[in-house]
Amino acid sequence: MQKAVAAEAGARLEGGWAEMLRDAASVAAVSIALAIPLVGFHLIDHLSTTQVEFRFGQLFYAVAVIFLGRLGLLLIGAGWARPIASFTSALSLAWLVNSAASAVPVAYPALGWFTFLLAATLAVRGWHTFYRDTAGAAAKARQAGLGAMVSRAAVHLTPFLVLVAVSVPFYAVMADDKRAVDLGILIFTYIMLGWGLNVVVGLAGLLDLGYVAFYAVGAYCYAIVSIELGLSFWESLPLAGALAATFGVLLGFPVLRLRGDYLAIVTLGFGEIIRIILLNWNELSNGPKGIGNIPRPGFFGIAFTASPPEGSIAFHEYFGLDYSPMHRQIFLYYIILVLAMVTNWFTLRIRKLPIGRAWEALREDETACRALGINPTNTKLTAFAIGAMFGGFAGAFFATRQGFISPESFNFLESAIILAIVVLGGMGSQIGVVIAAIVLIGGPEWFRDLELYRMLAFGALMVAIMIWRPQGLLAHRDPTIRLGVAGRGGTP
Amino acid sequence: MTRLLVVEHLTLRFGGLVAVDDVSFAAEDRQITAIIGPNGAGKTTVFNCLTGFYKPTVGRLTLTHPEGHRFLLEQMEGHVIAKTARVARTFQNIRLFPGMSVLENLVVAQHNKLMRASGFTLAGLVGAPAYKKAERAAVDLASYWLDRAGIVGRADDSAGNLPYGAQRRLEIIRAMCTEPKLLCLDEPAAGLNPRETAELNELLMFIRDEHKIGVLLIEHDMSVVMKISDHIVVLDYGRKISDGSPAAVRADPAVIRAYLGEEEDEALPPEVSKDLGAAGVPAGS
Amino acid sequence: MAYFLQQLINGLSLGAIFGLIAIGYTMVYGIIGMINFAHGDIFMVGGFIAIIAFMVLGLLGITWVPLALLVMLAVAVAFTALYGWALERVAYRPLRNSGRLAPLISAIGMSIFLQNYVQLLQGARNKALGTPPISGGITLMDSAGFSVQLSYMQIIIIVSTVLLMAGFTYLINTTTLGRNQRACEQDMRMARLLGVDVDRTIALTFVMGASLAAVAGMVWLLYYGIIDFYVGFLAGIKAFTAAVLGGIGSLPGAMLGGLLIGLIEVFWSAYFSAEYKDVAAFGILVLVLVFRPTGLLGKPEVEKV
Repeated sequence: MQKAVAAEAGARLEGGWAEMLRDAASVAAVSIALAIPLVGFHLIDHLSTTQVEFRFGQLFYAVAVIFLGRLGLLLIGAGWARPIASFTSALSLAWLVNSAASAVPVAYPALGWFTFLLAATLAVRGWHTFYRDTAGAAAKARQAGLGAMVSRAAVHLTPFLVLVAVSVPFYAVMADDKRAVDLGILIFTYIMLGWGLNVVVGLAGLLDLGYVAFYAVGAYCYAIVSIELGLSFWESLPLAGALAATFGVLLGFPVLRLRGDYLAIVTLGFGEIIRIILLNWNELSNGPKGIGNIPRPGFFGIAFTASPPEGSIAFHEYFGLDYSPMHRQIFLYYIILVLAMVTNWFTLRIRKLPIGRAWEALREDETACRALGINPTNTKLTAFAIGAMFGGFAGAFFATRQGFISPESFNFLESAIILAIVVLGGMGSQIGVVIAAIVLIGGPEWFRDLELYRMLAFGALMVAIMIWRPQGLLAHRDPTIRLGVAGRGGTP
Repeated sequence: MTRLLVVEHLTLRFGGLVAVDDVSFAAEDRQITAIIGPNGAGKTTVFNCLTGFYKPTVGRLTLTHPEGHRFLLEQMEGHVIAKTARVARTFQNIRLFPGMSVLENLVVAQHNKLMRASGFTLAGLVGAPAYKKAERAAVDLASYWLDRAGIVGRADDSAGNLPYGAQRRLEIIRAMCTEPKLLCLDEPAAGLNPRETAELNELLMFIRDEHKIGVLLIEHDMSVVMKISDHIVVLDYGRKISDGSPAAVRADPAVIRAYLGEEEDEALPPEVSKDLGAAGVPAGS
Repeated sequence: MAYFLQQLINGLSLGAIFGLIAIGYTMVYGIIGMINFAHGDIFMVGGFIAIIAFMVLGLLGITWVPLALLVMLAVAVAFTALYGWALERVAYRPLRNSGRLAPLISAIGMSIFLQNYVQLLQGARNKALGTPPISGGITLMDSAGFSVQLSYMQIIIIVSTVLLMAGFTYLINTTTLGRNQRACEQDMRMARLLGVDVDRTIALTFVMGASLAAVAGMVWLLYYGIIDFYVGFLAGIKAFTAAVLGGIGSLPGAMLGGLLIGLIEVFWSAYFSAEYKDVAAFGILVLVLVFRPTGLLGKPEVEKV
């Protein structure tokens, strides 16, 4: 088998070298042309005037990497999958080790990452091709079932995953690692947002580019209600969710008749309108300065403060502990964990109810739904409202965690990040959202210098995933109801 | 017998184009009424008016249930027609929910019934026993029809993975799962092989005889039309040119002219005369 | 009256720029039915290439304004057109037959990518042109201490827009390329069967849209004297609004829509509140899509069942 592949590859290579070199050269030529203005020259601010400097060294380095990368890709296609994959794997590993240890300073960090990403892509592609070519049909079937495999594994691993999530604070206390809890809170906030948006995008198939608006409504609702009316977090939470859902209905009602791509643009417009209103309506939102001193949640009425006001008792005193700011963080961590779990439970449950099935049916074919007596507008509206409600809950949590909110936290980029989590994870896949949130939110936190390139990578990944697997990385769907034919003795 | 559907003076214009021009006919309960005519005669447009996808320019479409409820379809929205007037339809180019399983397709068709049973989701969320019972009943209805269509073994597969003929049958039984009073089928036999066509005929006659509803059928395949219809309406260029029993329509010179052009002295091509004669030949010969 | 006239001039100048961008949206939508969400960022890239060209020309000592402007224009159009071509080739062509949402998500990804690409390479801060190469103007009217100015830049904007519109109308209506484009718009499969090179026609559509966006980017730079990596997002949304308002798919519609959006924005800022000018643009987008999705000059889409 291997010999045959190698022989075939050799035959393909015979006349192919010139062809491949020409192809790689033309890709490199286009890259040079694309890169000359923006990579080759650098605008710098110098004493309030703009000046230009040259950067041709980086330009040629980048183009050389692109040339080699393209050649590598062609070679993989021509049967050299294994050597290319081994080489690029070694290269990426070496880079990772070096970069992590900072043993070798990279002259241009951006180019270092660029090289690494290209090498890693080639490695993945190379091994993928190699195993596909050598292992035959069985592997192909397994490849197609990646999403199925992961979601099946997720079912068995759920208790384990929950256990890990629950025990993060214990680890943090023992290792005295405050960052772990903060990071956990951040990731679970995005997981919750991703699950909320998944109802709208993944199940109902409505592309909502303004999801952050509902997040903002929830956050401002909590901030205002808790400051003005003195309501506690748990009293305000349902209010925030209800208000966000109401906004969802109000915004959704006129626009849900629109076709998918128009709907996307209109929701984007609504998101921006809400942000601009928050920015300018000083009486309500305190404008760009934002709202500070938002009450933090207490543990059944017991505050997490170092020095409680006269006549009350603080958390650490009540439990006889030394004061630590980590107590509150841990409490917040469990709040968002519970909120996220409730979102997940709700989504899994509602998928198996008529309304959930109608959402998915609408995503598949709206005309057929109308012919079956399903009211498309109302059905979409419920999806919109429920998604908005979860966004509102997450917003209230965000406000109480930060203690400060301003309109700048709710821009389009935030919507794009949440959308990226849903899309990359696999639309409709709950576990996909978890994995995507960990990778996309946690990744940049681990590799600090990745932060700069995070949005760049988001954009590139969204394009790549759409081209490679338009349904999302882990898209997989199990029927919500089964006949169980075998049990009834029917024909298999 | 009740007049299930009465169409009076139905006219639909798109700008200057008259797609349907003053068409009147009636369809009876427990009968199969076929609408035939050359391509572009306006057959599908009539369906789209009946099921609320287009609003007729002029005309009245009255549906009367056997129990006496009366609906003016031209004033109703598409999904309301399906829900309350109980008119179900299929489409010329099959419209299933391809990513959902066959069984899910049939359960979605019982949406309104199940929504009520789930207390508009609230009772369903907490797992109320009444909802569980309703869901079991919905699955039972689905498997009854799956059995009828001979695809019970594929119930848990994606609808999009079924062979073409099975997809056609699935679309019909999905419409039947809405428990309609009038079933509108848009070219159900298109693209089927002779064996599948025979199975389709059987299914349609079963629906008419056992479920006692009216069926409205658009079809080009004369072996289907002539064999199973009780009544035929012929359209040409948006107008009704003939209306009556299969035998009467087959003999109507206007119909022959519409299908074959103006030259009346020209002999019928053999395959056409065979098709037109199919009704006269006993089945199975 | 004088104040009104001044706002009218300002609104038309701004609207002409929106119109130039909107043509790119409308042409792409017309031919492949997708919203090229990254088009606003192509406009931004055009502006950046223009300012870089300007700076390099300054280094080379080419300061004679007409020559400098012509070279800037040529450089900006050429490189931006290449960006437009590459965008289509990389992000959209592989998705041509996969529904509506996948290309839109890919386009959003491309938009995010381009913004951050420029931000990383050129920095997040505003880039200023310094002394504007074109300044001065004509005083049209002087009443009660308020003088109505028509700057030379505004004249250039309006004249070049009119010329480009005329050229494009000619191109679409009479050349083979224009005929191929219209054929692809009607029925892509049939056009392919009749020997139209569909891939090439679509690629050229992107190239043309990007060229106009480059002109708009350069004009924007000269008009405001400043550019940043984020400018494409808002300008892009407004130009898209213009394309929808005019009737997406229609070239004169895009121009008309652009002028209207420019006028609305300027008058709204002048007479109501500058803070909410973006709300006005988004509000119009929502209202048009809800009440008249075919726009002012668009053809209705008949739903096929």
